[in-house]
Amino acid sequence: MSVSDYERVPEIGSAVLRPGLTDRLERMWETRPGIRGWFATVDHKRIGIRYIVTAFAFLIAGGLESLIFRLQLAGPNLRLLTPEQYDQLFTMHGMTMIFLYAGPVLTGFSNYLWPLLLGARDMALPRINALSYWIYVCAGIFLYAAFAAGFGPNDGWFNYVPYAARAYNGGPNVDFYALGMILLGISTTVGAVNFVVTFLRLRAPGMSIDRVPILAWGTLTASAANIFAIPAVSLAFFLLWLDRNAGTHFFDATTGGEALLWQHLFWMFGHPWVYAIVLPAMGMVSDGLPVFCRRPLVGYSMVALATVATMVLGFGVWVHHMFATGLPSVSLSFFSAASIIIAVPSAVGVFAWIATIWYGRPVFTTAFLFFASFIVLFTVGGVSGYMTGSLPVDWQLTDTYFIVAHIHYVLIGINVFPVAGAAYFWFPKITGRMLDERLGRWNFWTMFVGFNVGFFPMHLSGLLGMPRRVYTYADGMGWNGLNLITTLGSYVFAVGVLLLIINIVSSYRRGRPAGDNPWDSPTLEWATTSPPPPYNFAVIPTVASRHPLWEGRLGEPDTQQRSSLKAGFLLDHGRETLGTTALEAEPDLILKMPADSYTPVILAMSLTILFTGLVLHIGWLAVAGALAAAADTIAWTWPERSLGQTAGAADA
Amino acid sequence: MGGMPDAGPSVDTLISVFDAAAPLNFLSGHGDRADPVVALTFGVLLVSVAVVAIITLLLGAAIWRRPGIAAQPPGTRLSLEPAAGGQRWIGIGVGVSAFVLLLSVLWTMQVLATVASPAAPAALTIEITGHQWWWQVRYLSDDPARAFVTANEISIPAGRPVRFRLIGADVIHSFWVPALFGKTDLIPGQINTTWLEARRPGVYSGQCTEYCGVEHAHMGFSVIALPEQEFTAWWDRQLRSPAESDAAPASAGNIAFTTHCGSCHAVRGTPSAGILGPDLSHLMTRRTLAAGTLPNDSANLVRFIADPQAAKPGSMMPRPDISARELADIRAYLATLN
Repeated sequence: MSVSDYERVPEIGSAVLRPGLTDRLERMWETRPGIRGWFATVDHKRIGIRYIVTAFAFLIAGGLESLIFRLQLAGPNLRLLTPEQYDQLFTMHGMTMIFLYAGPVLTGFSNYLWPLLLGARDMALPRINALSYWIYVCAGIFLYAAFAAGFGPNDGWFNYVPYAARAYNGGPNVDFYALGMILLGISTTVGAVNFVVTFLRLRAPGMSIDRVPILAWGTLTASAANIFAIPAVSLAFFLLWLDRNAGTHFFDATTGGEALLWQHLFWMFGHPWVYAIVLPAMGMVSDGLPVFCRRPLVGYSMVALATVATMVLGFGVWVHHMFATGLPSVSLSFFSAASIIIAVPSAVGVFAWIATIWYGRPVFTTAFLFFASFIVLFTVGGVSGYMTGSLPVDWQLTDTYFIVAHIHYVLIGINVFPVAGAAYFWFPKITGRMLDERLGRWNFWTMFVGFNVGFFPMHLSGLLGMPRRVYTYADGMGWNGLNLITTLGSYVFAVGVLLLIINIVSSYRRGRPAGDNPWDSPTLEWATTSPPPPYNFAVIPTVASRHPLWEGRLGEPDTQQRSSLKAGFLLDHGRETLGTTALEAEPDLILKMPADSYTPVILAMSLTILFTGLVLHIGWLAVAGALAAAADTIAWTWPERSLGQTAGAADA
Repeated sequence: MGGMPDAGPSVDTLISVFDAAAPLNFLSGHGDRADPVVALTFGVLLVSVAVVAIITLLLGAAIWRRPGIAAQPPGTRLSLEPAAGGQRWIGIGVGVSAFVLLLSVLWTMQVLATVASPAAPAALTIEITGHQWWWQVRYLSDDPARAFVTANEISIPAGRPVRFRLIGADVIHSFWVPALFGKTDLIPGQINTTWLEARRPGVYSGQCTEYCGVEHAHMGFSVIALPEQEFTAWWDRQLRSPAESDAAPASAGNIAFTTHCGSCHAVRGTPSAGILGPDLSHLMTRRTLAAGTLPNDSANLVRFIADPQAAKPGSMMPRPDISARELADIRAYLATLN
């Protein structure tokens, strides 16, 4: 491969006219079989599937934790768990669901889908992609190892100081949480950078930014937000770790520190993060729902803009988590108004989805049921958020079960339900087989009924004053019946999730063959085979509309230009994909893509060793981890001929 | 409803039944500061219920407006609907939503202004310090001889606004009396203030609502609103030292208490002057033990002292190293603290 390879004008052709093209591409892009390939692969599809499977494993773990403590709360004064056990369980549950499930599962879907949606052969930074996954799984193991050893985080996922300080929380529990979160932050940050670069540079020629699927908008927005938000929380956890281990006092009021500093840093991250773990899921609905309404989404541009607007406003509302901290009312009132007004862009989505159904013709698939029911759950979670946005009302609502209801309608309603719908929608693309629709109905209705029976009563127990995070409660408070119903409902909901998993496992082997485009969908991922080949597309498609696969069927004028899916840039001189301009997606340059490599997994493991050394105070282990990470980084960035990074071999 | 002073007696009866069934509810206000918030809460709750109902109806209508398609066999190409139409939905829907949201903001700001400070000057200031897991209550007075400390039960004069200074001793706690107003945190390193007013005499439950460690669940308190004269009498009585008893078990218990309990607990006018645990002067006038964990009766008192970790596992109070005899003596002594 030569440097001048970058400068060539790529040939245009099609697989039909080039016998042997697909075989050659297959050889260039395929992952080596066996354990070596498993650790080295940079294929976004494999990484995406791993992300989804790992996130589901954490969903199960977090779910089991809640099923245990819901038993304790089923009636008053129950003593199944000690307070310390209860505290670790509710902390692990929140931490797992918010950080190890909700974010990563969307990253997984986006990882798998983005290059297919955008008409590229991989993500822009494939090795970074692998690194992002490996660090995520290492951070998850790091945190669960602590839990297994009895040192799980125990101060809630929000980890307020001073309770998190060494004086009140002497064990290593909080140290594990702090370092685990910093580790996970690296994964999220590098993953976010990858999505932003991919969005800006790897869209198929012709896919100007007004033709990009909404899922891509959602993930782009979430990723851009993460790049700004993660530093705040990583810094906060680092300062806390210093306070606990190096004798600093950033958060210690007795020596001039500030307890509220933690809350500001945490929620400056925490609130944008909530949007980051729902916007891509809303994007899934915006792309998936119209397919089952047999028409394009109503108000594409407004929905895309609303996505971005939500995120921008989302950076200006963090203080609504701190309404009771005694900040001056005047400054609180600004955040209160912002927290109410942020509902405006959400309304755009709701009315766009309903209008899409209204002006379409619904097809009652399981995916449709999940997407359509999501609209109601989204609305319930939205209005309870609107109520808490009103400052005087929130002074009453905050830290009651009303907020627990709100967060679950948001995270289950706007994340889990779209993800379940997305599983039914994209499983055929990922595996080549359909999920069973009959089991799907049972799956949907069990989840929907179980969820609402379980979580709706929490609104009421909140209004009746039940505080959050109590390991037990007294009789005679008016909460007994509601809590029993909540526990029963949560078990029904768990059965629903189990049915989804059963459907996935059994259909993976025995599902009906799907074909390339089982739902007659309009976007590029359905233009390739199911499952897609390692190189995604034999030629890079050229796009002329938002719905390349529906062209000619939407009543548009015949004169309109058509997308070209079978003929396009060949790019078969090694691993290559096309770089395009940021706004108009005009062909710009050839991108050489890196081959499989062990450097990402080794870097992730080295960093984990470093963090393990730090948390256990084993100096030599930390140094060994740091040295290994440094050496691996050098190996990673060493110039490679196949990427044209060495000048000497111009004509090799 | 508490927010409407003119409501008839039957409504009052309903409210008191509701309050008895759910003592921490905040849907029935019982004071000047609570009432506007109750009205606003019902307002935004009504808007919320209406929005969910409207959206659900629209969604249902959209789904069942025309016969849908039951299923889609893989690979079938169902016909497509024209891409036109629907933009007005977004325009109208967002327009109406934005209008309602703006009104909500205005109402919110109006309530904020109303509850910011009491109409009349505060009758007194009480300093609350949150500890893991109990409440220290200090009555401030310009006359140092009238200041005193108690714990977990806060008496106030009914019908008069009372100001609170809130201090966090160790970790963050939150001070909440739902019938009278929302929460304010007690944060180490800063002093927050709030005020409450109880329209009528009564007992109003309170609870810590910021997660503060293993016994966060057992960190309750009560606000007891008394008629003005009773309140003054109560204060006067609190200032008195306990009457020395010469009766056998109580006097022995006095000594045992000083030995085993006095370095953490205080009883005014005695050598017991500890500050790590709740002040126990006039313990017998309190309704509950261990920050609302147990009703204050003789059996519970003995049970709790014998093994605090059973009723309140994780409590800072260790199992005291005392004999059964000493326990009985201490109980007899505590019974004199009225």
